[in-house]
Amino acid sequence: MKFGILVNEGPYTHQASDTAYQFTKAALEKGHKIHRVFFYHDGVNNSTRLTEPPQDDRNIVQRWQKLAADHKLDLVVCVAAALRRGIKDENLAEGFRISGLGQLVESGIQADRLVTFGD
Amino acid sequence: MGTDMTESTGGIDMDEQTSGVVKKFLYVNRKAPYGTIYALESLEVVLIAAAFDQDVSLAFIDDGVYQIIKGQHTKNIDVKNFSPTYRALEGYDIEKLYVEKESMDARGLTQADLLVDVKIVTAAEMADLMESQDVVMSF
Repeated sequence: MKFGILVNEGPYTHQASDTAYQFTKAALEKGHKIHRVFFYHDGVNNSTRLTEPPQDDRNIVQRWQKLAADHKLDLVVCVAAALRRGIKDENLAEGFRISGLGQLVESGIQADRLVTFGD
Repeated sequence: MGTDMTESTGGIDMDEQTSGVVKKFLYVNRKAPYGTIYALESLEVVLIAAAFDQDVSLAFIDDGVYQIIKGQHTKNIDVKNFSPTYRALEGYDIEKLYVEKESMDARGLTQADLLVDVKIVTAAEMADLMESQDVVMSF
């Protein structure tokens, strides 16, 4: 099955990004395809390269980056939501790209299932 | 990306990437219009979605019913009152708006309190509506 993933909450404050990551990883391990991971609302905060969690904690941003690199995932950050929250190309982590909400709607059209992770 | 990619389609070359597929999209609004940004950013998705020629419906449940209530005044909290946008949805051919009866009743609201025409449905009917959709986005 081909999944679209929507992440609506930021890292650490909320479990949404962790659960979305675990779901995406598990789906890939089961042989499913991921059409796209779209970051919206505070979810855009998963994409800043300025994130520096304590060393004994998981690095949520890098975890997404690695999963994307290993599986050629398309990690898309909503431009309007990102600009509102100070995320721009200059602080965007490698492996993410900034684009429009059309990418989310398109993921709903192209994927067999769109799964939302949020509050 | 094609050259006809525009702001209105949110970074998508329509012909190439949607290939004429029409799905039933339901946007579920569950939160009060102010206090969090979910309602406003949900509306932004809906407006973009309108450009995709999909079969779009909106549902309002729980505190989400307050999003379409008449007489919103936000000046004193210094937040933009975006409620007039709901009245503009008709112009985008988004005319299927559903409100859960139980959420209305619990808040003492009736159709007369709302600024747009909606269909009021029971929770069970709302469940059937969700079941009938291809894509449900909940904000």
